Amino acid sequence: MAKTIEEINEKIKKGTVVVLDAEEIIEFVENKGLKQAAEKVDVVTTGTFAPMCSSGAYFNLGHTNPRIKLGGGYVTLNEIPAYTGLAAVDLFVGATAIPENDPRNRLYPGRFPYGGGHLIEDLVSGKDVHLTAWGYGTDCYPRGKLDTWINLNDMNEAVLFNIRNCYQNYNVAVNLSDRTIYTYMGVLQPKMRNATYSSAGQLSPLLNDPLYKTIGLGTRIFLGGGVGYVVGSGTQHNPTVPRTERGVPRTGAGTLAVKGDLKQMSPRWLRGASFTGYGATLAVGVGIPIPIVDEEILFYATVRDEDIVAQVVDYSNAYPNCVPESICEVSYAELKSGEITVKGRKVPTAALSSYARAKEIATILKDSIKEGRFFLTKPVEPIPSADSEIEFKFLKERTKTSENE
Amino acid sequence: MVKKRLVLNFPPHLIDRPVTYELITRYKLRVNILKARVTPKEWGRLVVEVSGNKNDLDAALQYASTIGVEIDPLSKGIAWHQELCIECTACTSICPSKALSVKRPEMTVEFDRDKCIACELCIPVCPYEAIEIQL
Ligand code: SF4
Ligand code: SF4
Repeated sequence: MAKTIEEINEKIKKGTVVVLDAEEIIEFVENKGLKQAAEKVDVVTTGTFAPMCSSGAYFNLGHTNPRIKLGGGYVTLNEIPAYTGLAAVDLFVGATAIPENDPRNRLYPGRFPYGGGHLIEDLVSGKDVHLTAWGYGTDCYPRGKLDTWINLNDMNEAVLFNIRNCYQNYNVAVNLSDRTIYTYMGVLQPKMRNATYSSAGQLSPLLNDPLYKTIGLGTRIFLGGGVGYVVGSGTQHNPTVPRTERGVPRTGAGTLAVKGDLKQMSPRWLRGASFTGYGATLAVGVGIPIPIVDEEILFYATVRDEDIVAQVVDYSNAYPNCVPESICEVSYAELKSGEITVKGRKVPTAALSSYARAKEIATILKDSIKEGRFFLTKPVEPIPSADSEIEFKFLKERTKTSENE
Repeated sequence: MVKKRLVLNFPPHLIDRPVTYELITRYKLRVNILKARVTPKEWGRLVVEVSGNKNDLDAALQYASTIGVEIDPLSKGIAWHQELCIECTACTSICPSKALSVKRPEMTVEFDRDKCIACELCIPVCPYEAIEIQL
């Protein structure tokens, strides 16, 4: 018997809602069977906590007296350059922004100890940050320079707006070359001495709703320790990749764009990250509730690490040179065991995405639903799925406009 | 029997001399090499765990320093700050001594200071500055 989101919300209000996390549900369904479990369970919570580079935040600083036009000007916050191509006192800061000329980044491989992600973490922690600004000065915005300290409370709005989060599955990275390489998948030792992966597997939001049947524009989520919303599919959303029998993508596939009020968030769930030799970024905590409206949705949410596979990719050549080549396929159960076999050799594995923290997020979300503090929403618009005609494109460089061809 | 963890710094002219061999044969020390970095014409660095009779050990260290080896205790401990660690596990596959390890199935991370050989390989790997060299 199918349930509606309204009915589930009614149960949340009454305190009778049954919520399990995406790990607990596996055993529950094994014991009860799909049919009985679908009647009993109302919500399955998921979670993920990992570096997500296409994250950032926008701010409205409030006007100065006399006014300054930062739009089209130049602004730094703790030396991190902000994007100013907006109205007078609106700014955007991306997670990977770094100070111009940071000496700590100059010598290869570079440490990237401070970037946009760290700035967002500092702001969320309530810290004062140093703002310097230059505007070109107009009749209505006469001021030319600004040098002050500011914190999150001083601002009118501070909104986390991530254009791509929650990658549905990801590559497993190895290095076949004979030198250490420094990548966004971490430090990869030569001759395949280690492998890294980045997904919460069976706890990961989009792996529990692989065909985006419940998650869409308007889905209320746990974001960075506060409440956020899915605002659509994220950039590089690529739902048409090969999938397993269960509909689970075998490679990176769907993504989400999300937003939420930064002022409610917490530094535990927004952490600046420094990837040696690669750059700075932000680790973001996201948790998405899946309303168990019927057996089919529940079936998808029972996905286990052994059902999810990922492709092992060489980051010394295949990745940088866009060679669409997978060395082999491994499951998350193997990845999480600490060792995979690649080309007949045992390779130790490690993650960049924290499974322990993903579980914590799924638990927090579960508790807030059970305690009546978090209600589910019905998406107002689905996100494109496997039957869409989305094509993942590489940039074609060319010297003339297409009309001339 | 005493045991010490030491960093032996060899000036370039001593690189070719079998100092470790002398320590073992002359002073009957047990020498466990935890880490070695030797580059021609540069200072060499050897991290060792030595154990033996206290008098022998003192005499051995006395001898090593007379011939020009600079000896520092391995006080350069590695500190793991649990409150900064997000338990991603990234450092655990790099750690040669399994001082940093994963507890399964929870996938939480643990640090066993006694196993750490201060090789520092984990330092550039941790994205969250959760591991620190303590001087
Ligand atoms: S320094 Fe780091 S990598 Fe090396 S043994 Fe200690 S914990 Fe392991
Ligand atoms: S790499 Fe850093 S954050 Fe990740 S488990 Fe190791 S110490 Fe913790």
